[in-house]
Amino acid sequence: MDLLITILLDGLEFSSYLFIVAVGLTLIFGVMKILNVAHGSFYAWGAYAAAYLIGVVSNHGFTDLATMAMIPVAAIGVGVVLGAIIERTLLRHMYHLDEVIIVLATFATFLILEDTILLVFGVDPYFAYQPMAALGNVEIGGIGRLVYGLSMILLALAVAVSLWFALNRTRWGRLLKAVIHDREMASYLGINVSRVYIVTFVIGAMLGALGGAYVAPTVSVAPGFGVEVIVLSFAVVVIGGMGSIPGALIGAMVVGMARAIAVHQFPELELFVVYAVMAVVLVFRPEGLFAPAKARKI
Amino acid sequence: MTASRDWTIPGLTIGLVVMLVAGVVLPDWLLNILNISFSRALAVLGLMVLWRTGLISFGHAFYYGLGAYTVAILGKELGVSEILVTVPAAMLVASTVGFFLGFIIRRYRDIFFAMLSLAFSMVLYGILVKTEALGSTDGFSVPTPSFLGFGAEEAADNKIVLYFVLCGIGYGAALLVHRYLQSTLGNLSTAIRDNEIRVEYLGYSVAHAIHVKYVMSAALAGLGGAILAISLSQVDPDSMVNWTISGELVFVTILSGPGSVAAPFIGSVVFELIRTYAFEWLPHAWQLIVGATLLAIIFFLPGGVWSLLARIFGRKEGER
Amino acid sequence: MSKTWQTTKHVALAAVAVSAVALAGAAQAKERISIAVPSFLSGPAAGPFGVPSRNGAELVIESINRGKLPAPYNTKGFAGAIADPIYVDESGGNTKQVAEYRNLVQKRNVDAVIGYISSGSCAALAPVVEELKRLTIFTVCGTPRVFEEASRTYIFRTMAHATADNVAAAHYVTTKFPEVNSYTGINQNYAWGQDSWRDFNLTMQNLKPGSKASAKLQFPKIFAGQYGSEISALSLDKSDLVHSSFWDGDLESFIFQGAVRGLFKKKKVVFTVGGTASYRLGKKMPDGIILGARGPYGVLVRDRKTALNEWFIKAYKDRYGVFPSGPAYQYGQGVLAAKIAYDNAAKAAGGFPNQDQVMKALTGLKFESFSTNVDMALAGGHQAITEHVYGLSKYNADTGEPGASDVVFFKGTCVMPPDGVKSVDWIKGGMKGAKC
Repeated sequence: MDLLITILLDGLEFSSYLFIVAVGLTLIFGVMKILNVAHGSFYAWGAYAAAYLIGVVSNHGFTDLATMAMIPVAAIGVGVVLGAIIERTLLRHMYHLDEVIIVLATFATFLILEDTILLVFGVDPYFAYQPMAALGNVEIGGIGRLVYGLSMILLALAVAVSLWFALNRTRWGRLLKAVIHDREMASYLGINVSRVYIVTFVIGAMLGALGGAYVAPTVSVAPGFGVEVIVLSFAVVVIGGMGSIPGALIGAMVVGMARAIAVHQFPELELFVVYAVMAVVLVFRPEGLFAPAKARKI
Repeated sequence: MTASRDWTIPGLTIGLVVMLVAGVVLPDWLLNILNISFSRALAVLGLMVLWRTGLISFGHAFYYGLGAYTVAILGKELGVSEILVTVPAAMLVASTVGFFLGFIIRRYRDIFFAMLSLAFSMVLYGILVKTEALGSTDGFSVPTPSFLGFGAEEAADNKIVLYFVLCGIGYGAALLVHRYLQSTLGNLSTAIRDNEIRVEYLGYSVAHAIHVKYVMSAALAGLGGAILAISLSQVDPDSMVNWTISGELVFVTILSGPGSVAAPFIGSVVFELIRTYAFEWLPHAWQLIVGATLLAIIFFLPGGVWSLLARIFGRKEGER
Repeated sequence: MSKTWQTTKHVALAAVAVSAVALAGAAQAKERISIAVPSFLSGPAAGPFGVPSRNGAELVIESINRGKLPAPYNTKGFAGAIADPIYVDESGGNTKQVAEYRNLVQKRNVDAVIGYISSGSCAALAPVVEELKRLTIFTVCGTPRVFEEASRTYIFRTMAHATADNVAAAHYVTTKFPEVNSYTGINQNYAWGQDSWRDFNLTMQNLKPGSKASAKLQFPKIFAGQYGSEISALSLDKSDLVHSSFWDGDLESFIFQGAVRGLFKKKKVVFTVGGTASYRLGKKMPDGIILGARGPYGVLVRDRKTALNEWFIKAYKDRYGVFPSGPAYQYGQGVLAAKIAYDNAAKAAGGFPNQDQVMKALTGLKFESFSTNVDMALAGGHQAITEHVYGLSKYNADTGEPGASDVVFFKGTCVMPPDGVKSVDWIKGGMKGAKC
């Protein structure tokens, strides 16, 4: 029983983390048809910004719990600044180009941002354990668990619900759906596609940064932080269906649970299960479990 | 197209002769760089074939890695190091896998094509990283190759033999690809990129044409990977199969430009030199330099290095 | 065809070489040598390992250049020559390292390479070093495979290999904590982690027959960073002890996450490379963790009062603002070995030595290093043995400095196999010839 509860919670925690990062990637892809490789850099920048800010406010005598406020600050800051800069100075001038060339441009951006982190923050890892330590641990299923880790599940739920609400209950959501369905038609209908794009990109970037910022207190934030996460979140997006937000949720659950089961029961298969699930989905449903409907054009 | 048809074959032949002669006098480190560049160029040549159809694979490190690991496994497990056996075997493995995956992947276009290829490459990456018998993240060493039964006693001899063999393979591959692009099926590339339905009306199967190109590019990437493994005498997943390597291959494709079958060779050398010197001068910021170069090419030199050369030599650069 | 080309080339090269030698004359003094120092300058291993390594090498090289090392090493330079260090990045995968090594030797023409942290780098480089025939001193990397796969001419390693870490760990655990009867492990998924676990497991079976290894061993990918599920699995495991050879940022992330979740209160945990984390985590490092530092280095020899050690700690602290951790010592030790070999070879040759003479001087060398005595006793004089040490982490609240308690030293001959015996065979065969 302890084992079952532990697997479930481990799986949920990891799924939540994956969802927060991957949903930003899939949102940008769904709306703009850009596979944003630089998403990993948003994640890394979010983590660095959070770790740095937490360190600063902690030195100014704030309580450990209060330093948590720096996490959304970092996520929003990084999302708005980096997202807007990249969209306005770079991507905006490329929308007429081949989508795949744009992917390559985001790859270039990724390379540049990786080294920029090194130049700005140096190679020494940052520790920002304060929020994690402040929330402490709680005994569930016979072992100590991080309250901070459990809170990630709540955060993921909050992100999912607000995205659902924004897409389905607001005017902006309807505009977005129109653009997702058919970009050209939307612009004929008078929708300001350019504005939809920058808003989407900034929100996507914020979500990526939020993932990094929220993880930052639990790890040593070090260079190369964003390389692995690209692969994992990409796997989530592929499994769920590229561009689908419910797909990202399902994909994250599948990957997170599969990995938790593997770690506990078949640890030698740990990372491999993620790719195995992806391979199976690819062979039988290459468009993913929840492929959004596409408007086919001739 | 006419202009380039006149010049490509003599140009390649002159290039081959120059490179062969140069091999005798060039210092060892430059030979290394050329060996690495030409291995990459073969994979890039395959990507160029796809690109002419408007398709870019973001996962060709998959076949690169397959080729490399085939050579390495043959050497390690079976003790086979004959280049005439290992390299064709690597191509065979890569093209067979490409043939089967082709049935799935040929249905997709644009970004979906790119992402599916990436996804497949990551499956291989995951398998390699978790396989302890293949050295997991470490990979393992590739035994010294032999050519026509001759094993070189001196490693330096080996390098130069490999270099000559590689020049020959590169020349042959470039010629074959050139011939293919001139053929009817090859000429469909541009037509498919512009309008698939029109091509179908002409009585050609687009899926079939793409499948052929895909297998071809897989074979070329496998070939490149095989030679890379031999010239570096080491394989590992991070340097050969990871998504960053796929990105690098696409980068070199764009850098080279689609203008000619010679472009990948020139582009690869340029890339390797940029990388080597950036790494030497700015070890903390070499990725930044590489990334900035890539952006500059996308914005200012969409035809790649080839278009620059074509402009300098005042020649028409074919259709582009 | 190619044979002819080669011959031509060799004749030409030989001609050049002969004339160069004729011009230079034998054994003429050399003013400068260049030494490449590879370590992780980027990536997750840079902070905890790469930077201290680089700093340790830098401090010692510059002190040697100025003749500022304590006696008996206070002569200037390497056989009188000033060394120009080239610091290069070790990250990016083994294949990239192979390519970069070729660049270092063939393009930048360095006189020696001193460095490398990852076992992966060293295993991949070993055949290439022998091919390019350039003196290369491995400083930190631990895999015993380097000298077990083939005999090496140009490779030296100036610290003990991974077997010592794990044999010593097992000795420490069985003597200090006799109540430990079962154990599990979390190690990284590559040569280092796999070898470490294997050696530890075999030694435990040897020293304590009947003790039980868990069936569910964790081997996460290196640089994974998040260990939520793994820590759960380890906590649920019934074993008394957890063995880990984690290093780099992974080690620090794991300690953070495990500490808050109470893992270290619940289980005995042995970190074979834990010493590097002490200084970096400070009071966040839980007390009572069994720490190794891959030998007598870093926090475990903080109180050793030899002139060399006191100089090293002070000079390092003054310059970089922190205490030197294991990798700083180990890189410094590699550089020091090179200096002694150059100096001895110069004495023997009566002038500036060539590479063969330096290598001859380095083979089988015995010397006093900063924190310990080094004996290049194994693998035909190419592999060092040193004493080894384990202790328990203990934060000293009075001084505000991390430290260690219950420190136990082990003789080098106790934890390393005798010359010519492979590690695994030695442990499996009951560690014959061990002098403890």
